[in-house]
Amino acid sequence: MRLPAEGSAPGAAAATSQDVAVALDGVTRRFGETAALDDVSLSVRRGELMTLLGPSGCGKTTLLNLVAGFLAPDRGEIAIDGERVTDRPAYRREIGIMFQSYALFPHMSVAANVGYGLRMRRRPKAEIARRVEEALALVKLAGLEDRRPRQLSGGQQQRVALARALVIRPKVLLLDEPFSALDRNLRGAMQVELKQIQQQLGVSTIFVTHDQSEALSLSDRIAVMAAGRIRQLGTPDEIYRRPSDRFVASFVGDVNVLPARLEWIDGATAVVALGETRVEVPARPLAGTTIGAPVDLFVRPEELRVAEEGEAAVHGTVAAQIYQGGHVDLHVDVQEAASGRVLLRVSGHEAMARWPAGTRIGIALVADRAIAFSRA
Amino acid sequence: MPRLLAVLGGITVIAILGFIMLPAVVVTLAAFNGRAILSFPPETWSWRWFAKALAYEDFGSGFRNGLIVTAWASTIALVVGAAFALALERYEFRFKRTLEIVLLSPLVVPHFTVGLGFLILAAQLGVARGYAVVVACHVVLVLPFVLRSVYVSLRNLDPRLELAAASLGAPPHRVLTTVTLPLLLPGLVSGWLFAAILSFNEFTASLFVTAQRTQTLPVALYNYVREYADPSMAAVSVLYIVLTAVLLTFATVFLGLGKVLNVEAPR
Repeated sequence: MRLPAEGSAPGAAAATSQDVAVALDGVTRRFGETAALDDVSLSVRRGELMTLLGPSGCGKTTLLNLVAGFLAPDRGEIAIDGERVTDRPAYRREIGIMFQSYALFPHMSVAANVGYGLRMRRRPKAEIARRVEEALALVKLAGLEDRRPRQLSGGQQQRVALARALVIRPKVLLLDEPFSALDRNLRGAMQVELKQIQQQLGVSTIFVTHDQSEALSLSDRIAVMAAGRIRQLGTPDEIYRRPSDRFVASFVGDVNVLPARLEWIDGATAVVALGETRVEVPARPLAGTTIGAPVDLFVRPEELRVAEEGEAAVHGTVAAQIYQGGHVDLHVDVQEAASGRVLLRVSGHEAMARWPAGTRIGIALVADRAIAFSRA
Repeated sequence: MPRLLAVLGGITVIAILGFIMLPAVVVTLAAFNGRAILSFPPETWSWRWFAKALAYEDFGSGFRNGLIVTAWASTIALVVGAAFALALERYEFRFKRTLEIVLLSPLVVPHFTVGLGFLILAAQLGVARGYAVVVACHVVLVLPFVLRSVYVSLRNLDPRLELAAASLGAPPHRVLTTVTLPLLLPGLVSGWLFAAILSFNEFTASLFVTAQRTQTLPVALYNYVREYADPSMAAVSVLYIVLTAVLLTFATVFLGLGKVLNVEAPR
C-alpha cells in the first residue's frame, strides 16, 4: 500500500497519470436548479482508499453514481485507469459497487449472486466455479454457496455483496455507506476486515460515508465535501489536525469554539489571545484578518486540560462527567464559549472524583495545536 | 363476562362467514332439485340437471368462447399493462399524469358504457362482431387491474438491484431478463390471473359485443334464463365453482401459487 508523502499539500496531485485510478476533471451535475456537484476535480490514486465524507446532500453519493456510470455529468470528464469513460454506460466500466442495502439478488443463491458478473462476461463454467469459491473464501463465507440471501445475517449478506463486487476484479471498488446497516459491534469488525481485504488486493476504492470516525479510521485520504464541492482533501491526520476551514473543523471530530483576538502574524505563525493566554496558531487561515480583530479559536477536547492555579485561559463550571472507560469527558459550562459549553477529554478515572458536577475549574490548552479562523 | 364476549365474537364471525357462503350454498342445493323449477330447499333430489347442462350446446360453446376470449384478453392486457407500468414507474415525461388517469379510467366508466361504445364503433367501422371486438373490449376492462398489479410490484423492486446488475457487466436487456422480470414474476402472474378471472366472469359489456357465435358463458347463461327457469343454470354454477376450486388447489399445491400471489410469507 502507498501512503501519501507526509506534508504534501492537500489537493496537489504529485502522482503521475499512471498512478491514478479515477480522475474527475471539472465535473458538474445539476438536479433541477441545484448543483449536486459543482465543478469538482479529484484524483484517486491506484490502490488507495479514498473517502468522500460529508453531511447528507453534500454531493458524495452523486459523485459515486457518476463514477459508477449510473448518472451522466452535465459538464466535465471522468477517467478510469487513464481511459475516458464519461459517456460509457455502467455495464462497460468494470467497477464493483457495494450498496448500503447490499442489493443482493433475492432469487439467486449466494454462489449465483457472486458468479453473476462472471456469467455476464461469459466465462467458462469451471472458471466461474473456481473464482466464486476463491471470492467466498476471501470473505470467509465458504460453505454457504447454496443459501439464499434472506437466510443470511446482515454481516454475511454484506460479505456476499463484497465478494460479488470483487470477483470481477474491478478497476475501482465503490462503497456506498456500507456499514450503516450493521450494529455497532459488527461494524467495527467488518471495518477492520474490509480494510485488510482492500489492502491485500490493492484495489482502488472510493468509500462514501457521513460518519467522520469511520472516515478517520479507514481512509488513506479523505475528501470532505459540502454543498457540491470538496472543502478539503488530505490524510485523516491532516483533516483532523489542520482543517482548512470552519466547516471541516466542526464536521470532523469534536471541537470547542472559543472567542479570541488576533495579536500578530509572523510568517507561518500567528498568535491569538484567549483571555490572558497567548496561543500559537497557523497563520494561513487568518490571512487578510486585521490585527486586533476577534477570531474563533478551534480546540480539540483532548488538547484541553484542567488548569493549575493562575494559568487558566477560561473558567467554567462542570455540568456533567461522562465516563468512557479509557478517559472521562467533562462537559463544562463556559460563558465565553460559542455554544456555552466546553468539552474536555481527560485521561484516568480519578477525574470522576476530582471534578464532580458543580465544581468551578479553570481550563488551559495542552499544546499549541489549536487553529483559529476569522469570524464569518 | 370476557367468556361471554368471546362466545358472541365467535358467533359473529361464523355468521359473517355463513353469509358470505350463503349464495353458493343455496345455488348448490338448488342444482340437485328433482323438479324443473328453481326453488330452495329442493323437495326431491336428482343429478339430471348436470347431465342437461353438460349436454346443452350453448353452455359448451360459451365455455369454449370464454376461454378463448379470456386467454387473449388477459395476455394482451398483461403485455400492454406491464409496458405502461414500466413507463409510468421509470420515466418522467409530459402528460404522464394524464396517461395514468386514462389507463385507470375504465374503473369509473360503467361496463355497459364500454360495451355500448365498442358496439357502436364496430358497427361504424363495419367490423363483424367476431372475437376481435370482444377481446379488445375485455382488454380495456381488465387493463387497470393488470396495470395496478405490475405497478405495485415494480414499486417494491429495489432499483439498486438493477444498478448492481449493470455494474457487474449486464447490458440493459440482460438486466431485464435476469433480474427485473424474474423479480416481477409474482406481480405478472397475479395480474394475469386477476385479469383472467375478471374477463371470464364479465357479463355486462360482453352482452353488447358478443354475437351468437362468440357469446361467452355468462351471456349464454343470461340467454338461457330468459327462456327457461330450470335448475340447469344452478348446475353450471356448481360446475364452475368446482372447476375453479380444483384449479386453484392444483396451482397452490403444485405450482406454489401462494408464494406467487404473495399470500404466503416467503420466510
